[in-house]
Amino acid sequence: MTAPALANAALDETAVALPVQETARVVRDTRPLRLITCGSVDDGKSTLIGRLLWDTKAVKEDQAASLQRDSNGKQNDLGLPDFALLLDGLQAEREQGITIDVAYRYFSTDKRSFIVADTPGHEQYTRNMATGASTADLAVLLVDARVGLLEQTRRHATIATLMGIRQFVLAVNKIDLTNYDRARFEQISHEFKELALSLGVRQVTAIPVSALKGENVVYDGRASMPWYEGPTLIEVLELATTRSAQTVGFRLPVQRVSRPGESFRGYQGTVAGGSVKPGDSVVILPSGMVANVTKIVTFDLVRNAAVAGDAITLVLDRQVDVSRGDVIATIDSQPMIGLAFDAQLVALQPEGIQPGKRYWLKSGSRRQRVQVQPVSQLELKTGKWNHADELPMNAIGKVHLAFDEQAIFDTYEQNRTTGAFILIDPDTNNTVAGGMITAKRAALGGIHTEESRVILSLPADLADQLMATELFANRREDVEVRRVTAGKAVEIIDTIDQ
Amino acid sequence: MPHTHPETELHNPQSTKPPLDPHLKALENEAIHIFREVAAEFERPVMLYSIGKDSSVLLHLARKAFYPGRVPFPLLHVDTGWKFREMIAFRDEMVEKYDLDLVVHTNPRGAAENITPFTHGSALYTDIMKTEALRQALDAGQYDAAFGGARRDEEASRAKERIYSFRTPDHRWDPRNQRPELWNIYNGMIRKGESVRAFPLSNWTEVDIWRYIQAEEIPIVPLYFAKKRPIVERDGMMILAEDPRLELLTGEAKREEVIRFRTLGCFPLTGAIRSSATTLDDIISELETATVSERQGRAIDRDQAGSMEKKKREGYF
Ligand SMILES: Nc1nc2c(ncn2[C@@H]2O[C@H](COP(=O)(O)OP(=O)(O)OP(=O)(O)O)[C@@H](O)[C@H]2O)c(=O)[nH]1
Ligand SMILES: [Mg+2]
Repeated sequence: MTAPALANAALDETAVALPVQETARVVRDTRPLRLITCGSVDDGKSTLIGRLLWDTKAVKEDQAASLQRDSNGKQNDLGLPDFALLLDGLQAEREQGITIDVAYRYFSTDKRSFIVADTPGHEQYTRNMATGASTADLAVLLVDARVGLLEQTRRHATIATLMGIRQFVLAVNKIDLTNYDRARFEQISHEFKELALSLGVRQVTAIPVSALKGENVVYDGRASMPWYEGPTLIEVLELATTRSAQTVGFRLPVQRVSRPGESFRGYQGTVAGGSVKPGDSVVILPSGMVANVTKIVTFDLVRNAAVAGDAITLVLDRQVDVSRGDVIATIDSQPMIGLAFDAQLVALQPEGIQPGKRYWLKSGSRRQRVQVQPVSQLELKTGKWNHADELPMNAIGKVHLAFDEQAIFDTYEQNRTTGAFILIDPDTNNTVAGGMITAKRAALGGIHTEESRVILSLPADLADQLMATELFANRREDVEVRRVTAGKAVEIIDTIDQ
Repeated sequence: MPHTHPETELHNPQSTKPPLDPHLKALENEAIHIFREVAAEFERPVMLYSIGKDSSVLLHLARKAFYPGRVPFPLLHVDTGWKFREMIAFRDEMVEKYDLDLVVHTNPRGAAENITPFTHGSALYTDIMKTEALRQALDAGQYDAAFGGARRDEEASRAKERIYSFRTPDHRWDPRNQRPELWNIYNGMIRKGESVRAFPLSNWTEVDIWRYIQAEEIPIVPLYFAKKRPIVERDGMMILAEDPRLELLTGEAKREEVIRFRTLGCFPLTGAIRSSATTLDDIISELETATVSERQGRAIDRDQAGSMEKKKREGYF
């Protein structure tokens, strides 16, 4: 396909010519692909999504008419409407020409349907970007071709990666303003691929784009960029994969206990991993009691199985004490349970994250008190983790979590539901951080006993073995390893004993 | 009052429907999750019931979420007194059929000051009879959470709203300072007097609503289906002319047309569309080729720029 006349010709006063309407029956055999746009201020995120909606015919005539009306007087040199106005729906956004909060929009092609979150580029509104990123399958990262990668680009790429996004599209935007400079495009793509690689992301597609003119968005930009032979943005989106349902063991965070009458007692919640069927043995955490599943009840029928994502009511074969916040799990592969965990988080509010403060932590349906001890903060420029005692707004940090009561988690790596949490400030009730569990900590050496150290002297082979474990890998920065000779060890032990 | 449901009822007799496709199933699961979460976290939830197609889907999902129990909160209908007659009949039928608790509230100022859409204009009328009335009803019931059927695809400021939308004690929405909402972990912590509006249908589109109504055989007000009805044309809208309170202005004439409604609200403010869609299949294929959005027929969204955001800030749904 080539760009329709609209893309290049200036529009006349009368109306915005909408692309011809075609009937599109969307294939509904998968759930929609969820994507975000991210990147620095004014890189053209909203314009790109606006263009995507426009060219996929998701904009109706009355909406096009308001767009035309609203763009009046603010039109750019090309005479095209301000597509960002399709997204920037708040008055403050329209006045300032920036995005403040995430907009969710829905569109489809004849191949699949999409939910897109257009996030703000402003550093001040990073929390809103994180909101959009937490549920996304894919991130479209925009860069202004004239400017290149900025700190904010790195921040967004990092947050997206932390939140588990593994598919990136790099849209090198405003390429029209560089005279379609191929060398510039290649240089930026190269820089970004290095950044992505350092974040552990291998799946990056770089596309030179003019969001405003609609080149390489839905229609190809061959006329202006004959040197680019790769896919358009929409082609990449149509082929992207959705986050797969987790394969680890069965998890049901209990939201409610349903007791409509004497004869019925069911546990309601959304399956957060694995699957379940009648007859399965399950464990209730944190109590550790065991029971068997007798029925999976839904409104339509008594089902013979339920899988991740299903909202169900579970009936067990015996009277056990189960309440909201408990987790019903498979016996063979249980989640971690303990009082101390390691996590990474993004600080979302001006107060940052303060050491020793007691926050509320919510994960699944469980809410409990937690003390948060920052350990280190990511330096965006270098990718290094520097020691930190507190985390300012927008910081990405590693923390230790200490609970009063048993907490139940998987690692985020293993389960994006049971490994994710938010922190709530009890003074303001606001959500102040989004976090991801990385590991469980042994109670000993936890935050309560930060000063205490245990010195182990081990035979060399056992020490090597221990250091090769995943647990050790996750805690490497907490550990001081000294390889000493037997004679030296005796000296050390002697000084300790004194 | 607790209702007893004997075990035998667990097999729903009407369950011969084919399973939902994954797209609708995902939307349904998400909505049920939200219903359960709000019901568990808040003390006095209520469900706003406007009798339209979205409310019908919302009600159906609520029944599914709490099955085999009863819907554990009341429905609230803010009745302006100017709803379509068929809507009120339908509402009462649903309440009866599904054993629901219904609260109906009308702003007493309507009768006292004779506030009508004809005399006060759509903006002021909506402000008093809908927004103010809703605030009165929510205060009177001391509700700390209110479910609504709003969808993000309806309007540009809705597209910005969270699933748990925080409101101050005077019901205001502050779009510039919304709480971050990550994953499906909702923050339901509020102080006394504050509240949350919860939107289980946030991620549904109009087509999803219709496809779900079809798949689940959900009853809806017959006004959604095309039929020959009396109308009068006013301000470029076709208004249903069956209520005696609608006075014809000079130059206006009643006539019959085959029409239907894409959204339902107050009859003097809701425009009909010419359509021959008499079945759900017809409606869905009509939608897939529609060139205007569903909001087009609503006077309330057009009366000033950014009007929905303004109304929402003031406490409108
Ligand atoms: N020439 C040209 N201008 C563009 C292009 N894309 C966006 N712009 C312009 O860049 C400006 C900023 O675009 P927006 O889409 O609002 O940028 P944004 O990234 O959404 O900004 P924030 O959301 O505030 O971070 C607008 O004036 C757009 O018209 C492009 O491809 N070419
Ligand atoms: Mg923007």
